[in-house]
Amino acid sequence: MPTRVSIFVTCLVDQLFPKVGIAMASVLERLGYSIEFREDQTCCGQPAFNSGFREEARTVARHFLDVFDDAEYIVLPSGSCTAMCGHHFAELFRDDEAMLHRVHAMEPRIWEFSRFLLEVAKTEDVGASFPAKVTYHDSCHALRELGIKQGPRRLLHHVRGLELVEMDTAEECCGFGGTFSVKFAELSGAMARTKVESIRRTGAAAVVSIDSSCLMQIEGAMRREGLAVKALHLAEVLAGGAA
Amino acid sequence: MKEITAIQPQLHPALANTRLQLAIYTATGRLVDKRKSTVDADSLPDYQELRTQANDIKRHAIDHLDHYLELFERNVEANGGKVIWCRDGKEVVDFLLTLAKQRKSKILVKSKSMTTEEIHLNDHLEEHGLEPVETDLGEYILQLAHEKPYHIVAPALHMTRYEVADLFEEKLQLKREEVPEKQTQIARGILREKFLEADIGVSGANFLVADSGAVVLVENEGNARLSTTAPKVHVAVAGIEKVIPRAQDLATFLKLLGRSGTGQQLTVYTSFLSGPRRKGEIDGPEEFYVVLLDNGRTKVLQDADKRQALFCIRCGACLNICPVYRRIGGHNYPWVYSGPIGAILTPQFKGLDKDPWLPHASSLCGACGEVCPVKIEIPRLLLELRADIEQAKAAKGEDKSEKLGFQAWAKLMSSPQLYRAASAAGSWVLQDMGDGGWSSKLPFFMNLGPAKGWLSARDMPLPPGESFRQLWRNRRKQDGTQAQPAQTQPSRAGKTSQGRQPE
Ligand code: SF4
Repeated sequence: MPTRVSIFVTCLVDQLFPKVGIAMASVLERLGYSIEFREDQTCCGQPAFNSGFREEARTVARHFLDVFDDAEYIVLPSGSCTAMCGHHFAELFRDDEAMLHRVHAMEPRIWEFSRFLLEVAKTEDVGASFPAKVTYHDSCHALRELGIKQGPRRLLHHVRGLELVEMDTAEECCGFGGTFSVKFAELSGAMARTKVESIRRTGAAAVVSIDSSCLMQIEGAMRREGLAVKALHLAEVLAGGAA
Repeated sequence: MKEITAIQPQLHPALANTRLQLAIYTATGRLVDKRKSTVDADSLPDYQELRTQANDIKRHAIDHLDHYLELFERNVEANGGKVIWCRDGKEVVDFLLTLAKQRKSKILVKSKSMTTEEIHLNDHLEEHGLEPVETDLGEYILQLAHEKPYHIVAPALHMTRYEVADLFEEKLQLKREEVPEKQTQIARGILREKFLEADIGVSGANFLVADSGAVVLVENEGNARLSTTAPKVHVAVAGIEKVIPRAQDLATFLKLLGRSGTGQQLTVYTSFLSGPRRKGEIDGPEEFYVVLLDNGRTKVLQDADKRQALFCIRCGACLNICPVYRRIGGHNYPWVYSGPIGAILTPQFKGLDKDPWLPHASSLCGACGEVCPVKIEIPRLLLELRADIEQAKAAKGEDKSEKLGFQAWAKLMSSPQLYRAASAAGSWVLQDMGDGGWSSKLPFFMNLGPAKGWLSARDMPLPPGESFRQLWRNRRKQDGTQAQPAQTQPSRAGKTSQGRQPE
């Protein structure tokens, strides 16, 4: 078992949902890892990449590589940012052989949090308890770019007292989509409302996901629509009870 | 309805019409479910291999398009038909006008064809005094309503039977009829006459088979078969990308097309049309033409990567699953091709500057790429097109605000010192309004741009007093005094202190 894990706390988590980062660190620590947080980290560059500004995305991606080049395990509380670093960096630097080499050298060391637990830490039961009915939202990039579907559910399954109920639109986009959410705000909002109604129908007390961006969209819409359900990152649920 | 903030204001009306939105969402949802049940592991165990095969075949065909088109032409001619090469819609219209003149025919029966929609064939023929008649029920309804198709497979998806009743009452001057079966009967009665009167039948083509010179048509109503066999002349109008190498490739495509589009293992009718009626045959047209249309396709071919958009077999699966299409509907797309495939075809055909908002109107959820039977990488192409569009704008010095914003952002995000300073400033400004809480509105002087967009549809999280890095530092300071319970992690304190120290 490796002892040291470097965490990348995504700009969104750093700025708006810091507790998610703390929760992720606590779960990893509980499993015996020592956590390093490299203070120079910022963002993966995804906002610029998705908006079509590749030069700007490259600047930020290069910084990411500078910060994490020598890290053995880089764990992220986000499927979307994992896909950015693990898949899209290679597209960004496709015409730059030297950079591409660095990117490919880093790709296998990038881990989305739930996948790290299952495949590196090889554990489904992190000793958490969370007595509530919850439903799980498949974030699009985790589901379709990383192929993460059952993993988080398996982890939830082992949480004491937790009852997992599926919503009918688990795989449907929440409508966040980065700058899409503000450029096409009304459309994005219409998508979020479908998700909210679907969550409402489950009767769950919390909706869980592995991307804080989706959770921000979903919670914002639930609050607007008057649905008192919690939106929680998987790390927050797994940190529950035992810490 | 809430204030509109979309780049594209025209998206507003479709979103405002919640009845329509729900109807589209439900209708496409049914197609999504049906598709799923016919491609799942029980119904089609080799589905993923078939997709890969279909992609390989299409890629090969497009990479060797000149070869296969010439082979196709030779085989059509060997079968007694003729190939007409047309650069654009005008050349197609001219050809049909000459043909109609020769044949002294006024009525043309048409079966559903997106390619002819692309060149507004009906309008042009009508301008010249001809009477093109759509014989697919949905297309017939749209022709009466003077609307473009709402969906590439189900063209009148958006119309209720009551709207059809209104339309028939008004345009056909018949007694009001609201029962769909009866409406179909009405249309059928009218169309039968037209089939008998028409000398020319115009169809599209789902596939052009190079090794046999055949045009393959896939449909459910039987009108395509009638349109292509009852009149004396059959003209198939097809985009040049429709060619596939071998008849045996159909085994792959036909398994995928019906399932992906309508959740049918096979559509009701699959017609193989190869040439005019031969001696001794009892049916078929006297003359058989295949119009091969470019209309921008050779321009698209020049991009070796993005031309994969031409692999499309027009199944409609990407539209049905698309959360954007399902909210805004087909008529908000600028061209005849709607949904995700429309979003990657339109800029390539019409130019990047025409509707630059279109590839941006996606949350990049990736559902389209997952269902595409020929594995077009739609989400990745959307990203490529966004980059192309921004690059083109920058080269022209147009619309710099977003570019400047991202330049500043990149500077911030590649400089840890700046990032930390900005983060501290940000939480200081917003902190007063709530400690890590949520806000449903901001003071007017802050309710601008992105914040305004966000708040138009949802509440907004406010930065908590401390960012992660601040919490982390505090936590590190307390380490040792507030270690976690010994039983959960005995060795924790010792190990974690090895973490890289800030500055
Ligand atoms: S892009 Fe793919 S899914 Fe969409 S219509 Fe074409 S073939 Fe079907």
